[in-house]
Amino acid sequence: MAQLLVENVSVSFPLYHGESRSLKKTVFAAASGRMGQDSRKRLTVEALRDVSFSLHTGDRLGFIGSNGAGKTTLLRAMAGIYEPVGGRIVIEGLVTALLDPGQGMNMELTGYENIRLRALFNGYSEQQTRVLQEDVAQFAELGNFLSLPVRTYSSGMIVRLGFALATAIHPQILLMDEWILAGDAAFLGKARQRLETMVGSAEILVLSSHNAAILMQWCNRIIWMEGGRVHADGPPEEILSAYLPPEQFEQAKTAASALTAV
Amino acid sequence: MGYRQAMNMLMPGPEKAGAGLFRPDTPLPQIVVISSARGWRTRLAAAAQDFHETLRLWPLIWALSLFDIRLRYRGSLLGPFWLTLSTGVMIGAIGFVYARLFHQDVGAYLPFLAVSLVLWNFLNTVTGEGATCFTQSEGMVRAMRMPHALHAARVVVRNFLVLAHNILPILIVFAVFPPHWSWPVLSLPAALLLWMADCFAVALLLGVIGARFRDVPPIVGSIMQIAFYLTPIMWSPEMLTHRGLGLSLILIEMNPFYGMLEILRAPLLGQALNSLAWINALAYSALLMGLAFLAFARTRQRIPYWI
Repeated sequence: MAQLLVENVSVSFPLYHGESRSLKKTVFAAASGRMGQDSRKRLTVEALRDVSFSLHTGDRLGFIGSNGAGKTTLLRAMAGIYEPVGGRIVIEGLVTALLDPGQGMNMELTGYENIRLRALFNGYSEQQTRVLQEDVAQFAELGNFLSLPVRTYSSGMIVRLGFALATAIHPQILLMDEWILAGDAAFLGKARQRLETMVGSAEILVLSSHNAAILMQWCNRIIWMEGGRVHADGPPEEILSAYLPPEQFEQAKTAASALTAV
Repeated sequence: MGYRQAMNMLMPGPEKAGAGLFRPDTPLPQIVVISSARGWRTRLAAAAQDFHETLRLWPLIWALSLFDIRLRYRGSLLGPFWLTLSTGVMIGAIGFVYARLFHQDVGAYLPFLAVSLVLWNFLNTVTGEGATCFTQSEGMVRAMRMPHALHAARVVVRNFLVLAHNILPILIVFAVFPPHWSWPVLSLPAALLLWMADCFAVALLLGVIGARFRDVPPIVGSIMQIAFYLTPIMWSPEMLTHRGLGLSLILIEMNPFYGMLEILRAPLLGQALNSLAWINALAYSALLMGLAFLAFARTRQRIPYWI
C-alpha cells in the first residue's frame, strides 16, 4: 500500500551566486511576480507555492505545464531531495526517481559498477546484486557495453540503463521526468510494458512530460502546473483538452490510440 | 593486477542475507515525513537520523571510496603507489638537507619528518576535499534522497585508504632507524579513532560552509599552507627551546594541529605520552565536533538548494 501526500508545499530557491541583486533582475522580478524576498531580504525564486494533492495506490499522475512551471522541482520535492520551506510531504513506500538520465551514476565507472553501487545503496546481498545485474543487462540490451565506462554510452543508452536500473529495483512509487522520451520507439514500447506490470501491481507512477499522447496513454490523472501552483487537476481528457489547442488535442488523441494499437 | 585483487579482498564479503532469492518487494513499509518545521529539535533529530542512515550505508561508502581511488589511477602503472613513491622521495630529499640545516642527527630527524609529512599530507587533503565534498557530489545529491553525511564519510574513508598506502615510506625509514617503542604505543588506536572522528567532523563542517560560500575551498587551502609553516612539522618544538622563545612555545602548544599531530607522532617515534598534547587534541576535538554537528543540523536541508 503506497501513498504520497503533498500538503501545502512551498519551495523557494535562494539566489546567492551571480549578480542576484542587479537592477535588471530586480526589475524583471517585479514584472514576473515569481521572485520574492525572504525574511532576511535575500532574493528568492518561488518555484512552488502552496501545492497540495494526494496520491494513492494505482494512481498514474501526469504533470503538464510550460517550461519553468515547477514540474521538475515538484518531482524533486516528492522524491525528498528538496525539503520544502513550507508544508510537508509524507511518503509511504519505496520511491525511485528518474529525474535526470545520469541519475547520480558515475560516468567514469562501468555499467556493471554503477549497478553494483545502486545495489549497495539498496542494501542488497551479493546474490541479489547478481540477479539485479542480470535483470538490468537483459532489459537494457546493452550487452558488452555494460563493461565499459558509462561516458562511452550514447544518450539513448544511458536512458536505457537508467530506466532499467530504476525499475529493476521495483519501487512502489516511481517519479519520472520527461527525458524518458529520449529512447527509441522500440525501447518506449518495452518501457511501457515494464511500467504497466509495475503499475498493474498497484503502485504509483508520476510522470512529467510535454508529450500529450504519452500522457494520455500512460496516465489516469493530470495536474496542470502554472507559475509554481496547481492550475487544474483532473482526468487526462478533460485537462488536456483545456491545456492544448483543439487541433493539437485531436492529434494527440489519435497518436495515443495509435501507440496503444502497437 | 595484484593491486586490484588486494582491493577486492578489502571489500566487505558477500552477506548471506536473503537466502539467495531476489524479492521484488524487498522494501519494508516505511513512512518518510518531510516537514518544513524548522525548530532546533527537529533539525537535530534530522541530523541524527542522517548519521544513522549513513552508518547503515557503510558498504556503499566503502565501495565508492575504492572506486574513487581506482578511477584516479585507472591506466596508471603504479596506481596509488605513485603517491607513496613521491612521498618517499620527498622525505628522503628534504630529510638530509633539513637535518643539516637544523643541526639535527639524521637518524632522529628522518623518522620524525617521515611521520610528520605523511600525516600532514593526509590532513591537508582531507580539509581540501572536505570543503568540496557536497559540491563534488552534486549529481548524486540531486538524483535521489540519500543521507548527506555520506559524502563527508566518503572523503574520510577514501583518504584513510590513501594514508594506508603512504605508511610504506614510514616503514622503510623505521627499518633503517628503528624507533624504541614502549608502552605509549598502546595509545595509538585511541589516537587513530580520534583522528577519524575529527576528519569526519572537519569534512562535514567545511563541506556545508563550502557548499554555501564558494570562496571557502581556496581559503582553506591558504590557511593550511600557513599552518604548515607555523606547526611543528618540519621542525620540532625542542629545536626552539634552547633559543628561549617562551612565547612562541605557548603559541605552538595552543595550535590545534600540534595536539592532533603529536598524539599520533609521539608514540610512533617512541616518545613518552604527551599529556599536554592530548588535552589540546581532546579540547579542540570536542569543540570541532560540536560545531560540525550544529552547523550540519542547521544547514542539512538546504544543501541540495546550494549546490
